Amino acid sequence: MSESDQDWDKGGPERLYVITGGRAGAEEQAELDLVTLIVSLEDSQPGMQPEHAAILRVCRSPLSVAEISAHLALPASVIGVLLTDLLADGRVEARAPAANLPDIALIEAVIDGLQKL
Amino acid sequence: MVSRSSDTVMEPAREDQLPSSASSAVKIVIVGGFGVGKTTLVRSVSEIRPLTTEETMTEASTDVDDVSGVERKTATTVAMDFGRISLNEELVLYLFGTPGQQRFWFLWNGLFEGALGAIVLVDTRRLEVSFDVIGRLEEADVPFVIAVNAFPDASSYPTEELRSALDLPEQVPIVVCDARQRASSRDVLITLMRYLRDVIQTPEPS
Ligand SMILES: Nc1nc2c(ncn2[C@@H]2O[C@H](COP(=O)(O)OP(=O)(O)O)[C@@H](O)[C@H]2O)c(=O)[nH]1
Ligand SMILES: [Mg+2]
Repeated sequence: MSESDQDWDKGGPERLYVITGGRAGAEEQAELDLVTLIVSLEDSQPGMQPEHAAILRVCRSPLSVAEISAHLALPASVIGVLLTDLLADGRVEARAPAANLPDIALIEAVIDGLQKL
Repeated sequence: MVSRSSDTVMEPAREDQLPSSASSAVKIVIVGGFGVGKTTLVRSVSEIRPLTTEETMTEASTDVDDVSGVERKTATTVAMDFGRISLNEELVLYLFGTPGQQRFWFLWNGLFEGALGAIVLVDTRRLEVSFDVIGRLEEADVPFVIAVNAFPDASSYPTEELRSALDLPEQVPIVVCDARQRASSRDVLITLMRYLRDVIQTPEPS
């Protein structure tokens, strides 16, 4: 490594480096948004990486990437790397956010939902 | 001290779980200076207690070691609050509060991508925080509305005075709100969505 490890805050990036197996992730990461909904397709198994097991547990009902990040107290970018593994192994399902360019029907649905608040 | 170990991960409480029919989500970003009421607004309308997601930013420290010429890097953690509203059995809305200062813009890349739009929360006592934010949103083509969070000791200005102070075109809605009130906060969200509908329905001038 070219950069001195002492420059990092204790317990910060180093720990994340271990959790992600040292992958920065960007190139191999699945297309995940903060609001992509993740649902477990199977239960956690003994011997799994604890973070993978934790994701399978919190996603028994659909949960956004942002919420997974909050519940596991890990940055969303790290959750993205962990989810890429789980998606590749078919252990979770990802439900993509609604269309990038919203249409009138989507906007009306949002307005209807808000009016019920 | 809260343990971060993964075997103590809190699962969402039963009442906080989304139905399995939840199939897609949308997001709206609330942006403004510190203390302007972003978290308060999120809390007012969210069905869950606001949660926090953190991102680590690595930046060159100002404290450069002259002798070695090596720049030190520091990792800064920036927290974003967010809340959630189930709009119907399938559709979920997430609201993210994010600081407006330029040094936090690194957070914005993934945040505004695919966002429906933004609410710029403004405190009239510190209007200048909003200038850069508004410029950046215009540049990125993100539809936004201005919500003036009416603090009791802030003097109120006519909307048109604010519009010219913020240099905004006439179609951009400016509303006054009380972020502590659910109805008032909800109305800001609805204002944004109606504005968005207008934007989509109005053909762009060529
Ligand atoms: N009077 C008044 N106080 C507010 C309002 N919105 C927020 N506050 C208070 O302002 C402080 C900062 O609000 P907060 O939501 O934490 O700001 P943030 O930094 O933008 O997330 C809190 O003490 C709130 O209770 C408002 O509409 N009216
Ligand atoms: Mg806040």
